[in-house]
Amino acid sequence: MAHPIGTRDLLIKGGRIIDPSQGLDAVGDVLLRNGQVEACGGSLGTPDGAEVIDATGLVVAPGFIDVHVHLREPGREDVETVASGAHSAVAGGITAVCGMPNTKPVTDNQAVVSFVKRQGENAGYARVYPYGAISVGQKGETLAEIAEMVGAGAVAFSDDGKPVESAQLMRTALEYARAFNVPIAEHCEDMTLARGGSMNEGIMSAKLGLKGIPAEAEEIYVIRDILLAKRTGGHIHLCHLSTKGSVELVRWGKERGINVTAEVCSHHISLTEDAVDGYNTNAKMNPPLRTAEDVEALQQGVADGTIDLLVTDHAPHHYDEKEREFADAPNGIVGLETALGVNCTYLLHRGIITLSQLVDAMSCKQAKIFRLPGGSLARGGLADVTIFDPNRQWTCDPTRFKSKGRNTPYGGHTFTGQALHTIVGGRLVFSA
Amino acid sequence: MPGPLGKDLLGLAPLSADQIRLVLDTAVPFREISERTIKKVPTLRGATIVNLFFEASTRTRISFEFAEKRLSADTVNVAAAGSSVSKGETLVDTARNLEAMKIDMVVIRHSASGAARFLAERIESNVINAGDGTNEHPTQGLLDMLTLRDRFGDLAGRKICIVGDVLHSRVARSNIWGLTKLGAEVAVCGPRSLLPNAIEEMGVTVFDRIEQAIEWADALNVLRLQLERMQAGYIPSLREYNRVFGVTSARLEQAPRDLLILHPGPMNRGVEIDSDVADGPHSVILDQVTNGVAVRMAVLYLLAGGKPELAEAAKKGNA
Repeated sequence: MAHPIGTRDLLIKGGRIIDPSQGLDAVGDVLLRNGQVEACGGSLGTPDGAEVIDATGLVVAPGFIDVHVHLREPGREDVETVASGAHSAVAGGITAVCGMPNTKPVTDNQAVVSFVKRQGENAGYARVYPYGAISVGQKGETLAEIAEMVGAGAVAFSDDGKPVESAQLMRTALEYARAFNVPIAEHCEDMTLARGGSMNEGIMSAKLGLKGIPAEAEEIYVIRDILLAKRTGGHIHLCHLSTKGSVELVRWGKERGINVTAEVCSHHISLTEDAVDGYNTNAKMNPPLRTAEDVEALQQGVADGTIDLLVTDHAPHHYDEKEREFADAPNGIVGLETALGVNCTYLLHRGIITLSQLVDAMSCKQAKIFRLPGGSLARGGLADVTIFDPNRQWTCDPTRFKSKGRNTPYGGHTFTGQALHTIVGGRLVFSA
Repeated sequence: MPGPLGKDLLGLAPLSADQIRLVLDTAVPFREISERTIKKVPTLRGATIVNLFFEASTRTRISFEFAEKRLSADTVNVAAAGSSVSKGETLVDTARNLEAMKIDMVVIRHSASGAARFLAERIESNVINAGDGTNEHPTQGLLDMLTLRDRFGDLAGRKICIVGDVLHSRVARSNIWGLTKLGAEVAVCGPRSLLPNAIEEMGVTVFDRIEQAIEWADALNVLRLQLERMQAGYIPSLREYNRVFGVTSARLEQAPRDLLILHPGPMNRGVEIDSDVADGPHSVILDQVTNGVAVRMAVLYLLAGGKPELAEAAKKGNA
């Protein structure tokens, strides 16, 4: 089966269409038919029987994509399911997600890949594109069956949650994946430096008496992987970068034409290690929140394109898993329903990026870099659309999340920028 | 109703200089109780206190227990081994269960930084931090300060150097917070691999050589060097540590003035401190232990809502 499509025509009228894939920023209409974009731009007539959404004063963009989420199924359905995660995504204006393979069992074979994909289709919210693991069991020892998983629908490969510690295995993965035109995504963390750490190493860790994770734990892997991509010609995608040094190293790699792409999470461009004060486990994530200098460098990296993608690293946990001693609490926060608000508030409204850049980093470039359908409203493209109001204020209330997770540091924060309608396959799947 | 310290004693970082002075001043009259034949006053009669020790402790646990008993509180000791904790109960569940038994105070020792605060935010009873991970050990900091004050009077302008494994030391953090609030100058000295690399941003001076520290300081607070640190590769050997950072009488003889020597215990004689220094004329290590009971009595009294001005009367059994 495939992802469900809308049975009626859907006309989005009078919005500001921003679609960097076509260099488009103009007021006009978008018509969706049979799961595809039938027409985009200008004033379109209303076909008989069409559903109409008035988008006057709103932005109409190709559906947002998030290539870094944890859906927890199979294995931890008490924490999140593919369906609840995909529902959470559309509530945040995100029409497609890539699910990381650190499930139980690990998504390291075609059977689990097919299962995750099918669960996404059954749910009918956001499209779900599974990641496959790089190594069997994410153990870092032997290469998983990448070709078969590509056949089953895996779009990228990662051992996320853990780094690929063996440089030789990473080299092999980059070489092997080339033939299948899929990115290898790395969780950059030198465990010999990071082990036992639970926050950024710096003044705050010194004050709180918590073991820190130095920036270099990430940066050593960033440069190692860039050099391996240079050697192999493979595509390395660097996950959730968190330090100024990482931005500089990626810039160095891109200047040399190395096939490296990079992402940053909403929390790393909006919060610093100060959020950990008081041992706030909802500010515990890996990589950890860093310093104001890092936040600024990451924002600049998004602005100048060194960082390609804005992602969430959506990581739901059960509330009582976070309700414990800081060092023992699990890493990660939910992010799908706050990402747009955070990105608008901290990047767009501070004048760091334009609306076009926001849409590019949340949609077009996600599709391009991960070779996914979508990311464009050009005629014939997928009828996945995000309609949002960049100026609408709202206050984050975690009890209203569609995600099963409530673990967010943003509870009570007010954001400017909210998704109002989310359309997947020409079906309106969410309205605020 | 919260007393002058608030509901809990979680660390010295959250306290003001006046609050710290108040505890030290209150400890002085309580010290005399321990000198009596009948070492007991009825101040906390009827109060129930749980000593919740998730980590092994001899000195601190006994010191708290004496402090509680000399104030006539009813105490229960819970050690992690043999309790529901060893059956996998979470800290929050342990806390709620204790609370349900209607207790008045909890003294907690735990291996996780922030554990005391975590507990304090979830129960109504007063919580006293008896050491949380590598964060704070406030009553140790207070007893160190009382001991220094006994000798120096005012601590303002006094130079105190903390020697050894500052990175893993809750004692060091409580000393840094407390001493700087009272206007003392604080330095640390130890292998760089055992100092947080942002330590200078906490307002302390770093000495790489124990000789420099000895030349500078009025007092040394010598930390225990744990064997595990060597096993974890932070230093090459205990022998080399003693040769480079050990507080020895030969080194102290070079000091321009007599130095007060403190050690929170338990000591590794011949590693961080030589026996003739530990047992020597400038050592106040046993005074620290005596002061420990008095400081803890003062903390219990103040958290229970006791009026500082009545501490003298409490001593006589009238308050």
